Amino acid sequence: MIPLLIVAGYLVTVIYIGIFAFRRRTRAAGGAEEFFLAGRSIGSFVFVLSLFGTNMTAFSILGSSGHAFTNGIVTFGLMASSSALIIPLSLLFLGTRIWALGRRYGFMTPVQMFRDRWECGHIGTVIFVVQAALLVPYIIIGVMGGGTTLRAISGGLVPFWLGGGVVALVVMSYVFFGGMRGTALVNTFQTLLFLAFGVVALSVIGAGMGGFSSAISSMIDTPAQAVLLTRERVSPWFFFSYTFIPLSSIAFPHIGIFCLTARKLSHFKQTVILYPLCMIAIWLPCVFLGVVANRATDVPAIKTKIEARQTLATQGATLTASERDELRRAASGDDVMLRLVEHYAPFWLAGLLGACVMAAVMASDSQILALSTMFTEDVFAYYEGKARFGENVQVQTGRLFVVLLTIVAYLIALRVPQSIFDLASQFAFAGYAALSPLLIAALFWRGSTKWGALAVTLWAGLAVAGIAIVQSIVPPPPGPPIVLWAPGGVEVFARGAGGLTVLGFLPVVPMTVVSVLLMWAVSSMTRKPAPETLARYFPASVPTRG
Amino acid sequence: MSRLLLILLVIVFYALHQDIWFWRTITPIGFGVLPAGLLYHVVYTFAISLLVWLLVRVAWPGHLEDDEAGPEGRR
Repeated sequence: MIPLLIVAGYLVTVIYIGIFAFRRRTRAAGGAEEFFLAGRSIGSFVFVLSLFGTNMTAFSILGSSGHAFTNGIVTFGLMASSSALIIPLSLLFLGTRIWALGRRYGFMTPVQMFRDRWECGHIGTVIFVVQAALLVPYIIIGVMGGGTTLRAISGGLVPFWLGGGVVALVVMSYVFFGGMRGTALVNTFQTLLFLAFGVVALSVIGAGMGGFSSAISSMIDTPAQAVLLTRERVSPWFFFSYTFIPLSSIAFPHIGIFCLTARKLSHFKQTVILYPLCMIAIWLPCVFLGVVANRATDVPAIKTKIEARQTLATQGATLTASERDELRRAASGDDVMLRLVEHYAPFWLAGLLGACVMAAVMASDSQILALSTMFTEDVFAYYEGKARFGENVQVQTGRLFVVLLTIVAYLIALRVPQSIFDLASQFAFAGYAALSPLLIAALFWRGSTKWGALAVTLWAGLAVAGIAIVQSIVPPPPGPPIVLWAPGGVEVFARGAGGLTVLGFLPVVPMTVVSVLLMWAVSSMTRKPAPETLARYFPASVPTRG
Repeated sequence: MSRLLLILLVIVFYALHQDIWFWRTITPIGFGVLPAGLLYHVVYTFAISLLVWLLVRVAWPGHLEDDEAGPEGRR
């Protein structure tokens, strides 16, 4: 009960921060720009921590430790170190330019920039639709993480549907009242909490397990677990594929929009340098604890997971599909971190750590606000709603959108059984990585056109839909991957337990490569924007229309 | 530092992520608890921070700071 009360105290605190921001925003009276972008006045401290926190979701703590529990140390290289390289570079070279263009021309969303840069209207709306469709799964992750967390912390007292509902309601409240300022302040508070989480979790759980050295030694001596201390379970091609996933970060609208909130360009400096260090602070403890959880067989829930995994490995081929699904759910490691905390930490500390986990899982606030900003700016304002009804109605429309979106995400979360990690990586991340050439072309290639942008957008949307359809038709196999198409003996498509692969790569690789080729080919064949438009984006030279 | 050198440095860092030489190796164990593959990527991530620090020092897009004054025209 004590942990649950501490988590409840945490939830009240973030609501208070949202209301505090609401009061400050009311005094600032800045209209839509104040609500959606905090008046472009976020200071360096809040910018650094909030931007980092915006990238950290339920996936970072629950998903990473769960993935490491099943797959071993490879999780750190797959997501943490690759993100630590790609995300700071994309912020340094793309994020700073987005910020500058936002300042210069007043953009509030990426779609506004695309419309202006490529002189297009309805194509911008298509980009909005695809971006919005890809962002919803990411929001669902937050709700699912909230449900999982509260259920585990309360020892099952709070069911999944209620936990997810409480988290959705709290997030909706402070986004509704506080807008971007409230969201940024809450994210800062949350980031501070989960930066502390790693140190506390490592020391407490390490002491509880009698030190990590003995756990690692035991794993080395057990062949079935020693493999988790290497990367044998994934192929180098699969590992390489994951370096494409972080390209999604800067293409996510909530990251692009957040880049517009910095008061000064120099705020990006601290952010990009500290980013890799923050990745270590969060991901190393989560991955490490996920791996050593395989020795925590004195935790009944974890022992059950290990037994389910062993049953799946030894008898999977003889079981029915529904029995395998049941075992997969039982073996899922999404709540393994919480089980460790629950077992090894004293009550008050379990509550505190539970609050830290809640902090991470509630990072969906930025996505909800971003979708609201996009809807009101890219659709409502663009199709004359702002001109007809005024800015006040625009902000109220944004708030209504926040409420509706949260309800929809919650209802979907109740019906989607897939693991947090799979949901995130297979749909939202791959889709946005495939959209990243849009941003690069808009900022660096004069020859890019609206038709190239449309081709990339449609391709990204259709490819994600195609993967989702194939994976729903072909269930994960109990053993080695099933080859779906192998012309001439070359295995083009295969379906493994982790999802679809293309020539051994994750789909994100061919999706992104095809996006680049489409942007190049279609833009080369179509009419460029007017020289005056190009001159505003590439002032060094004014090219002729080609 | 020339732009080409910086681009090469970034490419080298990207390539170093694919450390196939530690793929199936557990030892050496760093600090008694970190298997070789994990230790490598932790050190690698620290090194990225230094790389980004260098890029900020020598390749910072300072010309964009002109826009701090505010918008030229709102759309």
